[in-house]
Amino acid sequence: MKILIPVEKKSIDGEVCKSFGRAPFFLVYDTETKASSFIKNNAADSRGGAGIKAAQLVVDNKVDGLITPRCGQNAADVINAANIKIYKTINNSIKDNIEEFLENKLEILGDIHPGFHEYGGK
Amino acid sequence: MIVAVLSGKGGTGKTLVSVNLASISEESTYIDCDVEEPNGHLFFKPKAVVSEDVLVKYPEVDNALCNGCRKCVDFCKFNAIAYIKDKLLIFKEICHSCGGCMIVCPKNALREEDRKIGEIKRGLSGQINVNIGILNPGEASGVPIINGLLKDVKNYRGNIFIDCPPGSACTVMESIKDADYCLLVAEPTLFGVHNLEMVFNLVNLFKKPHGVLINKWINDDNPVTEFCKEKGIMILEKIPFDNNLGKINSNGKIAVKEGNYYKKIFSSILEKLYEEVQDERTINP
Repeated sequence: MKILIPVEKKSIDGEVCKSFGRAPFFLVYDTETKASSFIKNNAADSRGGAGIKAAQLVVDNKVDGLITPRCGQNAADVINAANIKIYKTINNSIKDNIEEFLENKLEILGDIHPGFHEYGGK
Repeated sequence: MIVAVLSGKGGTGKTLVSVNLASISEESTYIDCDVEEPNGHLFFKPKAVVSEDVLVKYPEVDNALCNGCRKCVDFCKFNAIAYIKDKLLIFKEICHSCGGCMIVCPKNALREEDRKIGEIKRGLSGQINVNIGILNPGEASGVPIINGLLKDVKNYRGNIFIDCPPGSACTVMESIKDADYCLLVAEPTLFGVHNLEMVFNLVNLFKKPHGVLINKWINDDNPVTEFCKEKGIMILEKIPFDNNLGKINSNGKIAVKEGNYYKKIFSSILEKLYEEVQDERTINP
């Protein structure tokens, strides 16, 4: 099973990024092999619609779950369309969240927000 | 003459100024480009109103023709398209109607559809032509509505006053494009001068003749007067801080119709605008 977490730095000891769409990197963690890899989020510097583009990246990496502090409506629409589950982080430690996930303790993210900003290029 | 009335923030008095200037002109047109919350009609209460829908284009996909090449997904700078489970997912509200996705699609799987984002209402208030743009809540950009309002601006009657949206974003740029003169309304506070600087930079970028109107003025010891001195900006007029004017305005009444005192203030602004625009035409015909 593969899970994806928005992160600040390319380090498993680092912190979860508060933003999903504009996180600099994504951590992809394989729960079977315990292997972690980092991908650059090429949506981070989008003028608008970063959430949609980042969500596309999540889907293209064929992960089974996304663990994030928050997620906007448009991004959630994309991720839900691909039947990927969105879990809510418990704190900002990457390791703590992976551990909780492995113990099946993470909750589904319920409060999808309508977006914090005007759409780009206004 | 076409005068755009703008300010860096809401509540400085753009509508107060444009409504009263239009009312004191012999023949005039008032255009409410503050399409997210137009309120000029509350003063004018226009009659014989005619409405027209404002439509924008967006793409619809024929999934039977789409081969999943994702050229449209990669092309869209606003990320309005995603490709999930062999299907395109299109976010209409994010689309900016550029039509690029249709050009890059090798299979002609995308077609253009119209959708309504708001409307334009035109009516008469006495001799004044009143034009109001209304953007539906939740829409990304009011630019298409402002385009519709100002398409024929040069054919409008008499003095034309454009009541701009607050700030200095795309909608404001669109609103001042054809203006002969930009009237910058500012409050004499630190906050006011910060917002004035934003619109001042904008009108400079567009090389528009401009002047400042200080609203809620108390005395000349204020940051806006200082800023204007420093930058060499003309202060056309100062509208004193006045509870009664606030009351008139919040009751939806037009100040110049409520007494000679206000009539004099706005006549003086109008005279100065004529002079300024005239001078400008002599220098840059």
